[in-house]
Amino acid sequence: MNIATEPKGLVRQHLIDPEICIRCNTCEEMCPIDAITHDSRNYVIDHDICDGRGDCLGPCPTGAIANWRQTAEPYSLEEQFGWDYLPDQDEAAEAPADLGAPVPAGAAELPDDVARIIEEAHKGAGGRQVPPFSAAHPYVGIYSDKSPVTAKVAGNMRLTDADASSDIHHIILDFGTQAFPVIEGQSIGVIPPGEDTNGRPHHVRLYSVASPRDGERPNKNNVAITVKRVTEDNDGNPVTGVASNYLCDLPRGAEVKVTGPYGTTFLMPNHPEANIVMICTGTGSAPMRAMTERRRRMRRHHDIPGNILLLFGARTQGELPYFGPLQKLPKDLIDPEFAFSREDGQAKQYVQDRIKTRADDLAALLKDENTFIFICGHKRMEDGVTESLREVCKSHGMDWDEMLPVFRKAGRYHVETYY
Amino acid sequence: MSINYSEKIPNNVNLAEDRKLQRALEHWQPAFIDWWKELGPEGFQANEDYLRTATGVDAKGWASYGYTEMPDYRWGIFLADKTEDRTVGFGDEFGKPVWQEVPGEHRSALRRLIVTQGDTEPASVEQQRLLGQTAPSMYDLRNLLQINVEEGRHLWAMVYLLHGFFGRDGREEAEAMLERHSGDEDNPRILGTFNEPQEEWLSFFTFAYFTDRDGKFQLKSLAESAFDPLSRTCQFMLTEEAHHMFVGETGLGRVIQRTSEVMQELKTDDPARLREHGVIDFGIIQRYINFWFTSSLDLFGTESSSNAANSFAAGLKGRPDEDMYEDHDCSDDTFSLERPHADNGKVITEDIPMRNAMNLVTRNAYIKDCETGLKRWNRQLSKAGVDFTFTLPSDRFHRAIGVWAGFHFGPDGKSMSKTEWESRLYEWVPSREDRDFVKSLMKPVYEPGKIAGWIAPPARGINNNPVDYEYVKL
Repeated sequence: MNIATEPKGLVRQHLIDPEICIRCNTCEEMCPIDAITHDSRNYVIDHDICDGRGDCLGPCPTGAIANWRQTAEPYSLEEQFGWDYLPDQDEAAEAPADLGAPVPAGAAELPDDVARIIEEAHKGAGGRQVPPFSAAHPYVGIYSDKSPVTAKVAGNMRLTDADASSDIHHIILDFGTQAFPVIEGQSIGVIPPGEDTNGRPHHVRLYSVASPRDGERPNKNNVAITVKRVTEDNDGNPVTGVASNYLCDLPRGAEVKVTGPYGTTFLMPNHPEANIVMICTGTGSAPMRAMTERRRRMRRHHDIPGNILLLFGARTQGELPYFGPLQKLPKDLIDPEFAFSREDGQAKQYVQDRIKTRADDLAALLKDENTFIFICGHKRMEDGVTESLREVCKSHGMDWDEMLPVFRKAGRYHVETYY
Repeated sequence: MSINYSEKIPNNVNLAEDRKLQRALEHWQPAFIDWWKELGPEGFQANEDYLRTATGVDAKGWASYGYTEMPDYRWGIFLADKTEDRTVGFGDEFGKPVWQEVPGEHRSALRRLIVTQGDTEPASVEQQRLLGQTAPSMYDLRNLLQINVEEGRHLWAMVYLLHGFFGRDGREEAEAMLERHSGDEDNPRILGTFNEPQEEWLSFFTFAYFTDRDGKFQLKSLAESAFDPLSRTCQFMLTEEAHHMFVGETGLGRVIQRTSEVMQELKTDDPARLREHGVIDFGIIQRYINFWFTSSLDLFGTESSSNAANSFAAGLKGRPDEDMYEDHDCSDDTFSLERPHADNGKVITEDIPMRNAMNLVTRNAYIKDCETGLKRWNRQLSKAGVDFTFTLPSDRFHRAIGVWAGFHFGPDGKSMSKTEWESRLYEWVPSREDRDFVKSLMKPVYEPGKIAGWIAPPARGINNNPVDYEYVKL
């Protein structure tokens, strides 16, 4: 545990929920340093011995093991032996988190606002989602808005052309020695400083990570996000997006309060045979970039037979984030198809039009049970994309409406869209 | 050490280096598969199930999940990592190095311990073989099948020890494991509880709560053994046993929760009305608890046991959590044992040598562990405003083994006449009518996310998947 980052006087203590624990002894068996013991009533963790290595977390069949409390004074074994319930989180402990053990997915309750944002973003997939079977285990909600982690800006650059109407930034956040395990497809939360017009702290904003799990720079503990500066609302009226402007203007070295990670379903399939169909617009390219980069790094050491087909829409070439680097990637890694809606002298093309252009390729992919579809970007594209997929299927003797439930059930169809 | 899956029998014991043992086990393997196909789960053998398989014995490798057809499940031999310089933790051999081979003088006693433990593993698979036909949900079906394949693996664990360390005798015992069958009149399983039928899911959950918890205590006692391969085998088995207890405890909890919900909806505790509404009234659940709890108490053996004393003295089988005791010798200590007087059944107390009471020491720890779950359900009921308290019956009640067997005590521990006891028995343990009613509710529900009306849905899915995940591909 990194003592230096602990908030003054508070410790993060790993505890077992006696209400859920079934006393199966697995955690005690699994702990190589004997930090877990029990009496006839409760299984408990000795705070003095536990080093947060987390060997006990996975094997616990109930999730009782996944509890942490911040306390001024760690609970003794005797106190824990006497519990019927876990004590409430001490009010005094609503301070930044230290580096306690990571929380496994599902263990942490998502804050309501985050859960709402995710639910809304995933609506287009049509109900409850499951991750691809080969997705890695996601960690969720390690840092909450009450106890965010502070990251440093390691880089902030404009991706779009200087004369482009939209200002999209690639921002690299460095977490130093603080644990922030995040995988491709997950999001992080950012809390802008200050208060809103009602004098309340700003609520959290979610951004998909654009970097693979081992960091924007391999094996550096950093994460990239793609942020579009909001200068107008959906109807074109001028507004200033609080979080996006704050982020886009951050200088190198600035500190940012980050929560998360979030997301347990929109996750990259990891098996090498997986084909990934990416359909995105604008900053919806962030998770696609993360997955592509993961694949690119994997290819150095592994044989990856799976293909990536990218269908990517933006107003103009100059406004398409990551356009340059994308062009340089080998075709057998990613097969990109771009659609521009406002390129001078060209007919308006949307991503749904490009789906039809690539009908034959798509149809072949859709027939392959290793194909996973990810849709990310503006909510506007949803209907058009669905319609195009229907058409493609119909022209190839398939029925998209019949296939969709099959895709969904197997975690092969994922939507993350927003206004 | 990681597990070698490229071999016919996955293992982390360097099986390839012991040709003779490898051949013997490869010879046993087809017999096991035949047994599995004949007496393993009825149906679902060709379906892909979302099962957990060990790919290593450390924290990372012990559970990897994926779809597997049961006959392709990688049953194998996995021992927990060796602790260097481990010494005997109790008995006359205290402090001496543990054994990597079986000492000649303890051969037959150890073999008996291993055979008795091993016999329970295929027995429970046989007891549960028809349950898949009436699973209350796909989630529960998957949990049942997971338990079944892991009990199969536990048999492998014991058969490895028999083949590897007990020569011809061991091989014969391994074969006999597949020849005895649960409930078979001519050739039953060794322990009584494992011949009791489990015809419906309430029996299954109650069995998994009480009898698999007995498994935890037996495995923990054997994990203390001076015979190191046995100790390491049992340590790893304990991690799998956890899921079985989980299924029992949450399963029973969900049945109670569902009944409690309907009781509040209807504002009644009338068993007849509750049964009309398709839930299991608490009276029945209490009687199931009484039955399986007391049957499981028999598994600990008799209260004053020279076998237990010998096993402890020799370092073969210790107490669970031996480390927590100060005295690891116990030869000077006594235990005050309650037992009925042979002539008049009056309860008397006598001091017996502590070593002879080791079964009882373990059993008492087990009883406390069982109580904890009941207390939690009771707390939840009282929070919900439901006036009912589940209790464990006295350990004198309904016993077939030990000092209380043949005497007539009620669940409250009070003595009564044989006539009274017999006339009231079905107030305390499930009657045919109880069992028939429970059976009448058993209609399979195989649609992902759907659940039978007599049980509440689980709080969460397996391996962080949603509850409506397709746990079995039907």
